[in-house]
Amino acid sequence: MADATRARERATAHVVTAHRWRWVEAAPWLVATGAFFLLPDYMTLGTQIVITVMFALSLDLILGFAGIITLGHAAYFGVGAYACGMLSAHLGWTEPVSALFAATLVAAFVGWLSGLVLMRYHGLTLLMLTLSVAILLQQLANTYSDFTGGFDGLTGIYFDPVFGVFEYDLWSHTHYWYALAWLAVVFVVARRIVYSPFGRSLVGIRENALRMHAVGAPVFRRQVAVYTVSAGIAGLSGALFAQANTFVTLDVLGFTRSGIIMIILILGGTGRLYGAFVGAIVYMVLEDELSKLTPEFWEFGVGLALVLVVLFARNGILGLLDRARSLLAERGR
Amino acid sequence: MLVSIVFDGVAYAMILFIISVGLSVTMGMMGFVNLAHGVFAMAGGYFTVSAMVAVGMPFLLALPGAAVLVGVASLVLERLLYAPLYNARELDQVLLSIGIVLMAAAAFTFAYGPGPVSIDVPDYLSGQIDAGFRTFPTYRVFLIAVGAVLAVALWYGVERTTIGARIRAAVDNRRMAESVGIDVDSLFRFTFALGSGVAALGGGLAVEVLGVSPGFAIQYLVLFLIVVSVGGLGTIKGTLVAALVLGVIDNAGKYLWPEGGAFIIYAVTIAILLYRPHGLFGRSHG
Repeated sequence: MADATRARERATAHVVTAHRWRWVEAAPWLVATGAFFLLPDYMTLGTQIVITVMFALSLDLILGFAGIITLGHAAYFGVGAYACGMLSAHLGWTEPVSALFAATLVAAFVGWLSGLVLMRYHGLTLLMLTLSVAILLQQLANTYSDFTGGFDGLTGIYFDPVFGVFEYDLWSHTHYWYALAWLAVVFVVARRIVYSPFGRSLVGIRENALRMHAVGAPVFRRQVAVYTVSAGIAGLSGALFAQANTFVTLDVLGFTRSGIIMIILILGGTGRLYGAFVGAIVYMVLEDELSKLTPEFWEFGVGLALVLVVLFARNGILGLLDRARSLLAERGR
Repeated sequence: MLVSIVFDGVAYAMILFIISVGLSVTMGMMGFVNLAHGVFAMAGGYFTVSAMVAVGMPFLLALPGAAVLVGVASLVLERLLYAPLYNARELDQVLLSIGIVLMAAAAFTFAYGPGPVSIDVPDYLSGQIDAGFRTFPTYRVFLIAVGAVLAVALWYGVERTTIGARIRAAVDNRRMAESVGIDVDSLFRFTFALGSGVAALGGGLAVEVLGVSPGFAIQYLVLFLIVVSVGGLGTIKGTLVAALVLGVIDNAGKYLWPEGGAFIIYAVTIAILLYRPHGLFGRSHG
């Protein structure tokens, strides 16, 4: 009886305090700042990592929190990248911040439109539909090469300095801070969403959609809503990608990109926001170091890591850390 | 022109059917989302090449040899990796099988190099057959014949034999099948090995037409899954019809509209799945 009361109190306390910022949460931003001063020559990679973190974060919202499994999330990354690139290359829209907003809106709109249809399905059908939608978009981009550059890629992308002040440099220093600032904005938004009643209801849908129906939650509308937000964030990261690389190729929409972002999120840990950070950093730093040596061993290693994570560590690297910490705490008692 | 487009499409569809049919039955029975099925086909292709080049086996012996080898090897994989996840979430199954695909791609790159491999098809299978009003490539006629024979054999095996009846029962309702005393686990292992072996046969046949390289399992993964889900899980007829429809449409699209035809089958797939989420011949259960 006393145990049950204490458990209930603890649960209540968790709900009340979970959204508060903790000191540990400064860590990624300190790492990002430290990396800039310690490894200034690696900021091109750093920028790609920041963009990938954002993309993984968008996937975490639907996969980790709402439990929506997709094999085609690159669709929205690609739509954002192409929208941003085409604004500059075809329309001469070279102001970067407004172009990002525009690309985000386009991706969110595509996400909303496809979400209205996709969220009516689940299981294997949903997997196949998300997969097919992404590949369909990729093939369309290939077909209409007058607009997209097709197989050769979209060139002629140019953007003005950020706020007209910060010029881009060869070492991607400006791009790094620019992307990091956007990531901070996106992260605060995502964190607000996750700890809001809306976010809690998503977790409820993930755990038991039937029961959420029974308590009167508008399951379908919630799923479409989070899918739209996620698509928008994915599009934003794609648009950043287009601005940082000034080049967009068909692989932004590819199945490989959808697969890799999922792998990154799983390796880091799903449903905890910070998994996106850990996964992206670990994956991309290792890839940068190892795939130069032997691409086959890197590919094999990723496959093996994935199999091991699924069989033995379902909650990813952060889950392993959690387990280690609770083991230590027990040992200490 | 039209005849040769349809003919090539049917030959292509037969490969899709042979590779996908095992996946359809195993996914229907265990509900396991297996993205790694193409690995068995890829392995079949490579082993066929090895058997011919290294051992000097004739083509028609190398094909079944590779199929048996892959079928047996797939059992090891099934026990080691798949079995622990039969009751796991779809996400875990997807990830596990992606992991297997990546490992296999790397392993085959390491063993055979990154490029595609090729074989010398025996003389009696190369060249053209003269059918009077026009000629047909012999190898494609052979493909269609093998596909047709396999389809009939599998149909007979599943519809007319006791073990086929057990398989159908397990696909329809696994729990019910178990409670009337069918050993679904060993039945599944048998089906899994058979399906992998048949896929390996398809892979061996594909070397000449599609080409087999370490990227094969990833490149065609989507296509096999599409065939299976459009046809409906667990149906041989559905897989055959889906393979024919998608194979012919894909081939015709690429022929008639080279720069854009590739997206047609994805549009068709989306349309079919939106209208019939469980595929053309699939039933919703479980």
